[in-house]
Amino acid sequence: MADVLNRAGGMGEVAEVAGPYEIAPFGNELVALGRENPDIVGLSADMSKYSDIVPFMKEFPERYFNAGVAEQNAVMMAAGLAKVGKIAFCATYAAFLSRRALDFIAIACAHSKANVKIVAGSPGLVNPYGATHQSLEDLVVMRSVPDLTVIDPCDAVELRHVVRAAAATPGTFYIRNLRGKVPVVFDEQDFTFEIGKARLLRDGTDVAVLSTGFMTERALKAADAARAADVSAAVLHIPTIKPLDEAAVLDVAARVGRVIVIENGLRSGGLGSAVTELVHDTGLDTPITRIGLHDRFHPCAAQWYNEREFGLDQDAITGAVITGVWSGR
Amino acid sequence: MTITDVGDRTAVTGHELRDRAFRLRQRMMAMAADKGEGYIAQGLGIADLLAVAYFRQLRFDPAWPDWPERDRFVLSTGHYSIAMYAVLAELGVLSEEDIATYGLNGSDLPMSTFDETPGVEITGGSLGHGLGQGVGMALGLRLDGSPARVMVELSDGELQEGSTWEAAMSAGSFALANLTAVVDCNGIQADGPMVLAMEPVADKWRAFGWAVEEVDGNDIDQLCRAFDALDAHPDRPKVLIARTTPGCGIPTLMARERAHFVRVAEGEWASLIEELEAARG
Ligand SMILES: Cc1ncc(C[n+]2csc(CCOP(=O)(O)OP(=O)(O)O)c2C)c(N)n1
Repeated sequence: MADVLNRAGGMGEVAEVAGPYEIAPFGNELVALGRENPDIVGLSADMSKYSDIVPFMKEFPERYFNAGVAEQNAVMMAAGLAKVGKIAFCATYAAFLSRRALDFIAIACAHSKANVKIVAGSPGLVNPYGATHQSLEDLVVMRSVPDLTVIDPCDAVELRHVVRAAAATPGTFYIRNLRGKVPVVFDEQDFTFEIGKARLLRDGTDVAVLSTGFMTERALKAADAARAADVSAAVLHIPTIKPLDEAAVLDVAARVGRVIVIENGLRSGGLGSAVTELVHDTGLDTPITRIGLHDRFHPCAAQWYNEREFGLDQDAITGAVITGVWSGR
Repeated sequence: MTITDVGDRTAVTGHELRDRAFRLRQRMMAMAADKGEGYIAQGLGIADLLAVAYFRQLRFDPAWPDWPERDRFVLSTGHYSIAMYAVLAELGVLSEEDIATYGLNGSDLPMSTFDETPGVEITGGSLGHGLGQGVGMALGLRLDGSPARVMVELSDGELQEGSTWEAAMSAGSFALANLTAVVDCNGIQADGPMVLAMEPVADKWRAFGWAVEEVDGNDIDQLCRAFDALDAHPDRPKVLIARTTPGCGIPTLMARERAHFVRVAEGEWASLIEELEAARG
């Protein structure tokens, strides 16, 4: 039945992975890190399976703590573990972390610069279970927390590198997680990830597409389609939302003269707002189109269905890059 | 008015209630069939409890789900929506066409119960929201001198959320005699069998000032007796701890690994429905 919204067992996976993919990149990278460093510990709140942390749980049961359905306690326990010298990776769904556990992420973790890595799954519209499970505002909320590094990786390769970089860097991180079959967009061979650095994946002259998370795959496809339509599109991938790579953003905004920001989150308050504020405060008058989620609760429906409904599918994004007009507005 | 108030509750027969529970299970299977739905096991497990709650205990007018005097039934475990929709269809609040759309893109029935659906009191899906709101409802109804009572369903998984115990402590402290919690202890959560040591569940509630009954939640007679026994405590909140079996009513599902997301193969639904009919006895 084509219109069934729920895929039993596949909960919280990105929809329709057509190209190459990896399975459980977060959990597998955490296992590798755990072998290298006995101070790595893992936590979840009854979402071990749905956060892909099971490989770590299996290999290091003594270093794995399941808080049960108790997100606040999971984050507090992670903070406590960090305070006695551990590097604590705490993984569950973004919606429950960024809503219920926010106080504990802000105060017990970020304020103490605790070595806690919050790993937040099912971002944006990935989950079909509607308002309670879809994380619209996590990037907005987390961007507002001082001393918190916020990262939205694009694919499996970047996610693994982000997990590794976070483990090697003291402080509190909020990392968006992709689980299950995770697309491979980048080439491991020439891949580098640096916290706080954006990467210019394509240069162009007509429009600069600034994107984060898995939206960057769509931005790249849109840029390719645009070329065929004689539109030269630059793509600046911005995995680290905070701290923002201001120099990279200002460089393309000034050079290219028209900016589109695409994110898998609220179009107000997240990356789009960060870019707009920066460009405006610098005195540039570059026009900016922000593409993202609307200020409303979204229906229960499959990811692809909602994205088509609200203008986040490939067609809408390609159209915006070519014509400058976003159909989702 | 067509309220479901049965007056003398003891006059409702176990036979009638078992019939209701069977029909709830039939409805759930029809809704879930061929949709890859994973929460059918939980729905089947709580069917008896819901049958007793709605067809014996609660005062509710299916023709007027917002009736201000109604007893409130708060489903805290939002992902048990399939069970709630079966009840609302059995009551006639939802139509057959409504529930046929369950699990499809574009359906008006969310996968977790949201309070925009008639007969649904709170938005569930984020666990641990029910009991606190139930406490608020019970306080407000008591303030108004309303005879309406509040019944909150919650799951054993929700006993792990701090919010549940914040609410439990407040209800005991406010001596909310018009509040009854029913805990569906089915022994599973998302990661499999309970990941924390939960027992003794009953003593925890007692320590918070609640009257407690603990029963086999798939035994209609035991459920009825427990509700009656709880009525003997007019001075405090009450909790019924129901030990239920996921998949109850369908032996193949009951025997399946105690998994939160039960897997049913595409061609398997018809034979499971046959099993349900056959097991009715
Ligand atoms: C606040 C919150 N945290 C996590 C989840 C994800 N989740 C959905 S169902 C579930 C299992 C909870 O166990 P229980 O409520 O006992 O349900 P059962 O396994 O019996 O269906 C979890 C953790 C959620 N819905 N809400």
